[in-house]
Amino acid sequence: MRIKHAVLTLWAALVTLPLLWAFMSSFKTDAEIFDSPWTPPAELRFDNWSRAWDQASIGQYLLNTLIVVGGALALTMLLGALTAYCLARYEFPGNRFIYYLLVAGMLFPVFLALVPLFFVVDNLGLLGTYHGLILVYAAYALPFTVFFLHGFFRSLPGAVAEAAFIDGASHAGVFFKVMLPMARPGMVSVGIFNFLGLWNQYLLPKVLNPDPDHYVLAQGLAELAVSQGYRSDWSGLFAGLVIAILPVLLAYVFFQRQIRAGLTSGALK
Amino acid sequence: MRHGKYRFLVGALIVPLALYGVFVLSPYLQAFQLAFTNWNGVDSAPEFTGLDNFGRLWSDPLFLAGLRHNGLMLLVVPLAVIAIALALAAATKGTRVYRVVYFFPQLLSVAIIAVLWQFVYTPNSGLLNGALSAVGLDSWRRSWLAEPDLALWCVMIVLIWSSVGFYVVLFSAAMESVPEDIVEAAAIDGAGPVTVFRRITLPLIWESVQVGWIYLGIAALDGFALVQIMTVGPGGPDNSTEVMGLGLYRTAFAFGKFGYASAMGVAIFFLTLSIAVLLLRVTKRERVELA
Repeated sequence: MRIKHAVLTLWAALVTLPLLWAFMSSFKTDAEIFDSPWTPPAELRFDNWSRAWDQASIGQYLLNTLIVVGGALALTMLLGALTAYCLARYEFPGNRFIYYLLVAGMLFPVFLALVPLFFVVDNLGLLGTYHGLILVYAAYALPFTVFFLHGFFRSLPGAVAEAAFIDGASHAGVFFKVMLPMARPGMVSVGIFNFLGLWNQYLLPKVLNPDPDHYVLAQGLAELAVSQGYRSDWSGLFAGLVIAILPVLLAYVFFQRQIRAGLTSGALK
Repeated sequence: MRHGKYRFLVGALIVPLALYGVFVLSPYLQAFQLAFTNWNGVDSAPEFTGLDNFGRLWSDPLFLAGLRHNGLMLLVVPLAVIAIALALAAATKGTRVYRVVYFFPQLLSVAIIAVLWQFVYTPNSGLLNGALSAVGLDSWRRSWLAEPDLALWCVMIVLIWSSVGFYVVLFSAAMESVPEDIVEAAAIDGAGPVTVFRRITLPLIWESVQVGWIYLGIAALDGFALVQIMTVGPGGPDNSTEVMGLGLYRTAFAFGKFGYASAMGVAIFFLTLSIAVLLLRVTKRERVELA
């Protein structure tokens, strides 16, 4: 029993210590960080945070991320649900072919597509634009979304939809007013899954988003850390790191059960 | 009900399929084509060079270094993560609060994890050396990411650190569906906790473990973001942390050898696919059905 709790506590410490340490360091001066990495700051220096927000552009990166991830998530969910619904509830020639073609997209590593994708996006004039990233993000999130929701729409009872058709509802009307609301639990799971996947993207923006004004958060922060400039402002970079972690932490505190269920059910599909 | 069915279907499917075709399907297909050319992105017509690119891969020391390092990661990371996660999942039975904490790194962007751990490993002001000094182990202090023998292990530790929590949650959810009475019956028959785990729990949750092997195997063949952000060079010191993805990225976007980079992509694709199929085969077991 004793050993068990010691092991559990040890891993909890391994997980939390780096994060707490970064939080603590974000309030210190550079000198304090260099002299004694372990001691708490003499006073809470919030100006590190405001420096990170303004001068290091973390605020701008956060805004960019919200625009790109928000747009891509909305587009993915709308198109993914619509596609999954059509493939799951309608018989038509080519149905299976389209389904397998879409789902096959999950088998390929993004690295394989990287070079041609760069030129496709470049030729369309979409390199470094919000809408370019949104379209690419949505395209790559589509296969899993369709795969996940396809099973979900299949399992929904058909009687309600039939009743709506008899009442004179259109195909689109049945989808939006009847079937989509019934698929809510599935939409929430796959929505959480997609949100985190898109929020955490690094490879795609690294290649497709070379414009520093449009950097997303993960990319911008990594760029700051890798570039030489950071050596002059450690405390600001720590603050930027903490600002990047906090939104996810807050979301997790409030929705931790749904988030864990959403992510693990996605894996087991 | 038949009225307007095809109009609706066409209207609904045309946009997602166009998006998928342009940004996913066509790049994948083009990659196979480009891999047989020496295209540098400038010439209007790529020159067909047959299998030259693939021949070069086998004598490219940097690509081979990447292959070796991804291979080592493949041997170390999945095994370590699954072992740690199984142990922790078994131990957290009844104490859910740990799982909530363990899961958190799963939510962080790999780029943010890389920046965080770069700070942890920093020689003079980092958390790790500070911790070693604090417990009197000054002689253990190292320039973690600057020593060729250590750097790749440091990267793998970060990969393990960030993955374990997810599998703890996955495995413990599976363990909760193992019926109590079977475990109790085995205990009455004199089975110790280790036997119960090996003979009862593990076979019953094997499907989750299998999923873990495959996902972690695929992740071990990547490692791009961690290496690119954390290591010097990146890929250093002395190419000791080079991974295949980094080689592809550099070949394409630093050197402009897009044909050769596409050949690397094709190689990575076939490797990933073979590893996934292999792991699926090796981890295959008789499925245990509960009556």
